[in-house]
Amino acid sequence: MSIRLERIAKHFGNTQALEPINLDIQEGELVGLLGPSGSGKTTLLRIIAGLESADRSPTPGKIIFGDRDVTNVHVRDRRIGFVFQHYALFRHMSVYDNVAFGLTVMAKKHRPSSGEIRARVFRLLEMVQLQHLANRLPAQLSGGQQQRVSLARALAVKPDVLLLDEPFGALDAKVRQDLRRWLRRLHEELNFTSVFVTHDQEEALELSDRVVVMSNGRIEQIDTPDKLYRSPKNRFVFEFLGDVNHLEGRVQNGVLTCGDAHLNVELPDGDEELLLRPHEVRLTEQPSAESHLPVTITAISPVGAEVRVELEADWLAKPWLATVRHADFERLEMRRGQRLFAHPRQWHRFKDTSPQPSEQTHVA
Amino acid sequence: MRQLALWRPGSTRVLPGFGLSMGISVLFISLVLLLPITGLFGQLAGLSLAEYWAIITEGRVVASYMVTIGAAAVAALVNGVFGLLLAWVLVRYEFPGKRLLDALMDLPFALPTAVAGITLATLYASNGWMGSILEPLGFQVAYTWVGIALAMAFTSIPFVVRTVQPVLEDLPAEVDEAAMSLGATDGVAFRRVIMPHLWPALVTGTGLAFVRSLGEFGAIIFIAGNMPYETEITALMIFVKLQEYDYAAASAIASVVLFVSLALLLAINIWQGRFVRRLHGGKG
Repeated sequence: MSIRLERIAKHFGNTQALEPINLDIQEGELVGLLGPSGSGKTTLLRIIAGLESADRSPTPGKIIFGDRDVTNVHVRDRRIGFVFQHYALFRHMSVYDNVAFGLTVMAKKHRPSSGEIRARVFRLLEMVQLQHLANRLPAQLSGGQQQRVSLARALAVKPDVLLLDEPFGALDAKVRQDLRRWLRRLHEELNFTSVFVTHDQEEALELSDRVVVMSNGRIEQIDTPDKLYRSPKNRFVFEFLGDVNHLEGRVQNGVLTCGDAHLNVELPDGDEELLLRPHEVRLTEQPSAESHLPVTITAISPVGAEVRVELEADWLAKPWLATVRHADFERLEMRRGQRLFAHPRQWHRFKDTSPQPSEQTHVA
Repeated sequence: MRQLALWRPGSTRVLPGFGLSMGISVLFISLVLLLPITGLFGQLAGLSLAEYWAIITEGRVVASYMVTIGAAAVAALVNGVFGLLLAWVLVRYEFPGKRLLDALMDLPFALPTAVAGITLATLYASNGWMGSILEPLGFQVAYTWVGIALAMAFTSIPFVVRTVQPVLEDLPAEVDEAAMSLGATDGVAFRRVIMPHLWPALVTGTGLAFVRSLGEFGAIIFIAGNMPYETEITALMIFVKLQEYDYAAASAIASVVLFVSLALLLAINIWQGRFVRRLHGGKG
């Protein structure tokens, strides 16, 4: 079922947690709300769920599921499934009873027969691969298993939309990865509309059809993961979606200078700040005519497909991070303390003052 | 899961100071608890079994058991209900004066019970504030077992509130929200999700309140009226025997109270232990 939010805002006392927000989510879509803590993403999710109410003044917002206006519908009647970060399982009930809960509390005339409940619960447990643990208590399960129970419990009542609040936040990296893949598959199989909250950009980009990036109670950008990464609308989105290196300096006659470092740029005179992703930094033994950026290697992490190298220099306020191929790493015989020269493959620049998308990308 | 290494033979303990702290604890318990109890049994040694039996089954004493247990049970049940309500209000809602109400909960602990007794007796006597209102309606509190239960309830309410409160604070609001998001009504969520968590604490608190009421003396004697066979409590019987310098008889009756209290406490402990183990997956 599609979700439509119109002018949803929220105040807690005097602080504005959400500025008026409009958002359209298509039927069957998996949307990630991404942002740092305090960006209002959890508040927004809880408002969609009906666990929190949106501001009624100055103008009351609207929440519409499909063609049903649920703005004033109580959470228990909204037909949502909600998955909590810390599972919120009923500790005194078995896994089976937890999953069956939503079915057993239905009004008598809607409630399925006990045989039907049993069949449905076991079908769900099978889906989350926990049928052999049906009689266990939540405390006897691992975190990942508990989160799967919590998901099965939410799906048992056949919700119109599934809402997940940092569903994998409390789990360790390996289990997270598994559960993510598994949720993606489940979503493709059952095709429910779902919204999940995360502060982990990797998770949001990997899992979502579309990502809603939020900060300070505002939506910064809504896009597919691919577009979001390649063409961020503003500096916040760019910085939030990955590691960023800063190069601050003064431009004069087409040369940006910063201490003993300089770089040829085609920019008007004035103070500038350029941003680079770690993979956009190339390292060589010699400076070029275009750039003279001397750096010293301070840390090396050879784990993964590429080697991560930390760089420092007098002219840098914060150390840079560069990723280099293992082949280059070996060729240059990189070691700590070595002095090299950095060359930007490309750089980005945002004008924070202009309201328009202000990214400029320059390919060197 | 975790395994406590404390009693594994031959293991060296990581936490220091076990010998010293345990030694002092045992000494303290011996002086404060075990010594008086031993003294009590010492007094009993002068009695034969038949004499003992005769004292503790004397008609007036048995009547006092009935009065005490009956009133204590009513007081404990009333406290169970209202204590739960108070704890709920104190944990779940924000309101002005919350801190004050929270502090007031401990008043019955802090107030000398005799002061409470005199206050209650004055309030509910036929010329007191409450008594002068209730008595014309045919409802007599002072000098009846209702008064006894009232005094007991007053002195033991903190037991329920203070045992339920932390458990309720521990119960995340998310559990409540989860139940509601699954379509449960408030009543169903309370009965099936919240109550099962509170049960052990509530039963423990009510049990403690009951045991406390069994032994209460100061708060009750002023309001009880102390009519033999009607409103005499067991603690008063002990006091009466003491005034007659019949130490053995006083000890005999006291020992009955002691056994009942101990048995109850033990039962509560065992039951609660079982429940906690269940919650922690049989490994607690």
